[in-house]
Amino acid sequence: MTLTSSRWQEATAPLWRDNMALAQLLGLCPLLAVTTTVVNGLALGLASAAVVIVASTTMAALQRALKPAARLPIALLILAGLVTVVDLFTAAVFYDLHGALGIFLPLIVVNSGLLAHAENVASRRSVAFTFLSALATGLGFLLAFIALGAVRELVGHGSLLTGIELLAGDGYRGLTLELPYGGMLVAILPPGAFFGMGVLLAVRSHLTSKRAARDERITAGTSR
Amino acid sequence: MAGGEGNALLTALAAVVLGAAAVYAVRAAHDWSDERIAANERARVVARLNSVLEPALRGRDLTTTVLAVTDEALLGTGEPVDVFVLTDRGAPMATVFASVAPHGYNAAIDLLIGVAPIGTVTGVRAVRHRETKGLGDAIDIARSDWMLQFETKALTSPPPERWAIVQDEGEFDAISGATVTSRAVVAAVKNTLLYFEQHRDELYTRAAEAAAAAETNEP
Repeated sequence: MTLTSSRWQEATAPLWRDNMALAQLLGLCPLLAVTTTVVNGLALGLASAAVVIVASTTMAALQRALKPAARLPIALLILAGLVTVVDLFTAAVFYDLHGALGIFLPLIVVNSGLLAHAENVASRRSVAFTFLSALATGLGFLLAFIALGAVRELVGHGSLLTGIELLAGDGYRGLTLELPYGGMLVAILPPGAFFGMGVLLAVRSHLTSKRAARDERITAGTSR
Repeated sequence: MAGGEGNALLTALAAVVLGAAAVYAVRAAHDWSDERIAANERARVVARLNSVLEPALRGRDLTTTVLAVTDEALLGTGEPVDVFVLTDRGAPMATVFASVAPHGYNAAIDLLIGVAPIGTVTGVRAVRHRETKGLGDAIDIARSDWMLQFETKALTSPPPERWAIVQDEGEFDAISGATVTSRAVVAAVKNTLLYFEQHRDELYTRAAEAAAAAETNEP
């Protein structure tokens, strides 16, 4: 099954234009809670992305068979199974990281953004479209996690990628960047999560409004 | 392309099949990860035990016997607490308590407290805590050296009534902005020393018995 270019654009919109966290403001609870460092954000972002891709694609494959009333419980069943497997895998392979993510890894099950995707897209669109859209959703969410994690770690700790060895192995310890700056405590406290999020939203809205204005000029120029 | 109204039979079938698949997948993941997670936990405990021993004992091949003791007043929890007695050919070298500081700021703080046979503290570490980031989490050795001030302290130095933070006319520094956390940890270390003082011989006897029993079970 091929996708036309407008379909392609629509399916990849969740990457940036309809970014789940930055545009739809869904799934903010784990985002704000774990992004004290880039590595924590990266880990939870990867787990969420993997889960949404498998769950939504499975739901899309089942869409014709399922009674609408049964969709939500079945989506939850798939999500709960996947998340439990991911949780056990993380505890077995990335034990220290598992400790840092705490309750937010199991809570991916009830991430409103993932549920919204499994419900809205996977119940209407083809399997290929859903897969692509889930991929974009997952990567978009990952992007938000990394961006907020980077802002808060830089401002709060004065470092970047601390703890990368927990995820990638001891060989990658050298990727950690330490700035000669002690860090500003507030950035890693909960209020800092909201400040950081506010800054990201402002940047995103600035970028999109500029683009929208340009698009408008182009349309105006061609139609008159 | 609307998904139609669905089909009750297919829906039930999907639920059953997916349910079975989920059970199977979780079971397989559990079987695969169970041993690894247990090994991770053991490795963490051993690494942590080493961190609260006096430097001369770290990395030495000591026999570790785990006892479970319960004393809500002194060890901070009504649940049994692990006590690791480390011996070298029968001679006790160190005792490590997995004590709990019940009155942490956000929740109880799990500690590891190493005690030398003469009753001095050889090290204290927070194993699990939910203290406020940037304030109370200074009890974490990765964040600050605050925990190191307990090393070489005993119930005789400072005397028991001076086992408190400076604000309470004691001898221990408090973490600025985290008085509650500091009080909780100082009290827990003091209580563990009291427990050790009262039960030292009993612990050593039980450890020797357990070690002897383990030896006779060897083929």
